[in-house]
Amino acid sequence: MEPRRAPRTVIDPKVRHVGFFAPGAPPERSVSGPPDPVAAASSSSPPASDLSPSGNSLSPVMIPPPRHSSADHVLLSSSSRVVPFPPVPASPLRRDSLAIAVGGSYNNPSEYVPAMSTTVSSSYAGKMVGNAEFADDARGSSVKVAAASSSFPSGGFDLTAVKASSVPASGLTTVSVVKTLPPGITETIVEKVGGSVEVQNDRPASSKPLKEKTSKAERRALQEAQRAAKAAAKAEGIKVPASSGVVAPPNAKPTKATKPTSQKNDNTSVAAFEKKGGDRPSDKDRKKDAPHPRMQYDDKTRVEKAKRRAVMKQTEARNRVELFRHLPQYEHGTQLPDLESKFFQLDPVHPAVYKVGLQYLSGNISGGNARCISMLEAFQEAIKDYSTPAEKNLSRDLTAKISSFVSFLNECRPLSISMGNAIRFLKSHIAKLPLTLSESEAKASLRSAIEHFINEKIVLADKVIVNHAVTKIRDGDVLLTYGSSSAVEMILLYAHEIGKQFRVVVVDSRPKLEGQLLLRRLVGKGLSCTYTHINAISYIMHEVTRIFLGASSVLANGTVYSRVGTACVAMVAHEFRVPVLVCCEAYKFHERVQLDSICSNELGDPDILSEVPCREDINYLDGCTNSENLQLLNLIYDATPSDYVSMIVTDYGMVPPTSVPVIVREYRREHIWV
Amino acid sequence: MWRRSASFILDQRCQHDAASSPKPETLYLSPPQTESSCMAAFADPFNQNPHPNPNISAYYQTRAAHTGVVTNDWLAQAQAAVGRHPDDIPAPEADLGESDSGKPFSVTQEFNNWRKQPDLAEAVAAIRALAAVIRASEATTMMELEIELKKASDSLKSWDTTSISLKAGCDLFMRYVTRTSALEYEDFNSAKSRLIERAEKFGEISYKARRIIAMLSQDFIFDGCTILVHGFSRVVLEVLKTAAQNKKLFRVLCTEGRPDRTGLRFSNELAKLDVPVKLLIDSAVAYSMDEVDMVFVGADGVVESGGIINMMGTYQIALVAHSMNKPVYVAAESYKFARLYPLDQKDMAPALRPIDFGVSIPSKVEVETSARDYTPPQYLTLLFTDLGVLTPSVVSDELIQLYL
Repeated sequence: MEPRRAPRTVIDPKVRHVGFFAPGAPPERSVSGPPDPVAAASSSSPPASDLSPSGNSLSPVMIPPPRHSSADHVLLSSSSRVVPFPPVPASPLRRDSLAIAVGGSYNNPSEYVPAMSTTVSSSYAGKMVGNAEFADDARGSSVKVAAASSSFPSGGFDLTAVKASSVPASGLTTVSVVKTLPPGITETIVEKVGGSVEVQNDRPASSKPLKEKTSKAERRALQEAQRAAKAAAKAEGIKVPASSGVVAPPNAKPTKATKPTSQKNDNTSVAAFEKKGGDRPSDKDRKKDAPHPRMQYDDKTRVEKAKRRAVMKQTEARNRVELFRHLPQYEHGTQLPDLESKFFQLDPVHPAVYKVGLQYLSGNISGGNARCISMLEAFQEAIKDYSTPAEKNLSRDLTAKISSFVSFLNECRPLSISMGNAIRFLKSHIAKLPLTLSESEAKASLRSAIEHFINEKIVLADKVIVNHAVTKIRDGDVLLTYGSSSAVEMILLYAHEIGKQFRVVVVDSRPKLEGQLLLRRLVGKGLSCTYTHINAISYIMHEVTRIFLGASSVLANGTVYSRVGTACVAMVAHEFRVPVLVCCEAYKFHERVQLDSICSNELGDPDILSEVPCREDINYLDGCTNSENLQLLNLIYDATPSDYVSMIVTDYGMVPPTSVPVIVREYRREHIWV
Repeated sequence: MWRRSASFILDQRCQHDAASSPKPETLYLSPPQTESSCMAAFADPFNQNPHPNPNISAYYQTRAAHTGVVTNDWLAQAQAAVGRHPDDIPAPEADLGESDSGKPFSVTQEFNNWRKQPDLAEAVAAIRALAAVIRASEATTMMELEIELKKASDSLKSWDTTSISLKAGCDLFMRYVTRTSALEYEDFNSAKSRLIERAEKFGEISYKARRIIAMLSQDFIFDGCTILVHGFSRVVLEVLKTAAQNKKLFRVLCTEGRPDRTGLRFSNELAKLDVPVKLLIDSAVAYSMDEVDMVFVGADGVVESGGIINMMGTYQIALVAHSMNKPVYVAAESYKFARLYPLDQKDMAPALRPIDFGVSIPSKVEVETSARDYTPPQYLTLLFTDLGVLTPSVVSDELIQLYL
């Protein structure tokens, strides 16, 4: 597992991986061939690097990762022969950029040496910049350890064996051993790290004189790195007491012990933050650090920060797909009882918000409109019970309060764009409240504003959409819909009510099978329906005359962001020249532009993909899911290019996808969004 | 064949009247009406579409009479005889006095009068007729006036439900005129005069639109180019006329324009300007597309997607041009922008038109009589409008700003 990560340590911070990766490969190889000291010693030789998948898959966009081979030889001899990067001749420049990469904000050292962030003193973090050897070794050793651990059956974890394999490695290797070992043995090794790290700190001195020739970008990167290091040092200073606590009690986390393999190294630090849950930061702090909706989850600094503030302990999933690593993904189903038990400790979160959050988490509330409405209603509730603390300003304090709610909800499930828009509306309304209003008046005004928003932008908008869309249904039509969209359902029911003769094809897909609910309601009302899965889309498309789709959001370039599979349906429809109508309320429009489904998406529970409920006999993937070579990808959304969309039906009428920016512009200017 | 119908003759007679006397009072000799409201006037069979034939759209019933190949020349003579440019005819003002003095005022009638001028677009005629409604109105409150205007525009729209520019023109007029601060004036008369002023202005803008478009499109016509034209569009004619006046050297290919031979008329007009012109049968478009540099068409209506609804055959020409990478330019006044969004060809009210095949068709054979088709925006290059030279996607922008 860890070797997958390792390559990122030495990548230039400005470069992202583009293209497809097979990140799981290294462990497999190390399983097949035991670490060979000779090969490892000559790790810079082509054959060795050929083995490395990352080396192979270097796409043209990627700058070959810098690597300082000469200085590493000694140390590498102890690591496995799997070297993730091709050899690069040592040059002063490269060496320099390598140093930057290690300390840079994009590649936070804590990712690789998590124990360090909690156990190592702050002075160490300051020295990280330029400590190229350290990172290299950490990587090399982590490869080795992972290799050792992956050779064991996934369930049983032979501690002695792991220890044995890690001990012969250099003192440094223990740093990353922490990541893969079950918590039971972390403490001892972590202590070792503390010692060994100190020993290594004098190394970077050799790299310093080589810095004269630096490009602008590099200087900038260096600057950033220094800044990050400083910030890290600061953070370390704060954290020290809490983190030292982690090391001491060995069995403080019972949940971890139950499923050691799924644990991430991050858990130690998460647990640490949890421990100081008593001194939970104030609302103000929470607001400052509320995770940005588009936070990049491969940016470790940010993630650490967010986690420190998090109410909930989320376990990160293990085998994340490389391309989607910037998205948050957590183990599903583990947080609910945990969160429930913490109910009484969470005073900043209003019970109504808390309830909604739990419903998001359990999936009881899904669908853009439903989530948005329930969130707004919870906020209404919270505002009703709110009273401004002494010496505080209502608008500021309430905004901070709402922000803390939002960050809580975001932890439960990433916010949808519609919710983001609703929150923006609410906050701007709070900001615009006249100072002369008394508290009760202000609260009443806010609550009525929310009520108004729900009624006008969601309920009424849906009615208008229904009226528009129904004009496009003719007698004898065959309408196809995908998944379950509330707007489309209303359209179909209304068209049936006013006596149009048409047939509906409900297309559905695993694993959520939301279409069945829709189907049930439609059949219950007497519509004639056909139900099929998305696999049959190209067959069924022949007979279809119109496609009605819902959307989670429509972006400024006309891209429709919707339930995964929508793009596929729209593409097939386009190919068959069937008009595609997207029904979306204007409050879900967003001025962002998105070209693919990668940059911004949501990851669902990957395990659902592998298991088929109630069919034990076809659960072929049983047991494979823990394999390092298997990454399951369960995307929730995808982006449909505007070319495939014939029309967007909104509360402002029927517009072509090219007019979305116009609506966004006019909407902002004329209406309630400030 | 249908041109020989009674309606044609009747229309021709009306035209005689209209041309010989600027005040076509004879047309007002409708049966006595009980009230002067426009709706009542409309309910009157005489003011309705004279021959409510369900198979032929009103537009094609009367328009052919007004602008038939024969009629055009004849009308020019008639105008020469009158000695005045038809646009200068102060007919509405004259009518105004009469309707004020108790005579029933009919917006449809007014509209038909205006429409008889060959240069005046249907929508502009409607706009002027609606302006006349305001002038002739006896309403005493703003609300009353607005209701009256609404009724008038509704009756105009129902005169030909298939006409897009008529509907769009009426809607735009209502928007333009009533969306004004005039309604906040305390004095009704000043508010009304303000409305009239606005209505006149809008009529003026609409009337000038064609000139503006002609000026805008000059940059796109280069010396030595070959232009393919489909249908008889007065805007396109104006564009080419201006280009010819600017001493541009270009060649025009005209499609025949079956069934009403609009291409023949167009080539006739161009020949008068000494522009080299070549006639094609409608099916020779793809054959001659390789020598064409650009396609110029007018539009019956510009819809919200940025596509156009135009005379039958435009779609296939656009398809051919698109596949051969030739630009397709549409010249259309902004009053043709309609809040319509057809998804496909059948997704609009069809305008029907009889087709004369020259031989009798067996009764079992069905004939497609639709007169228009819809060209989706992806096949159009640019739209020349009085708002400027627009890409198809801007149409929706303009419409949203107008109507929201």
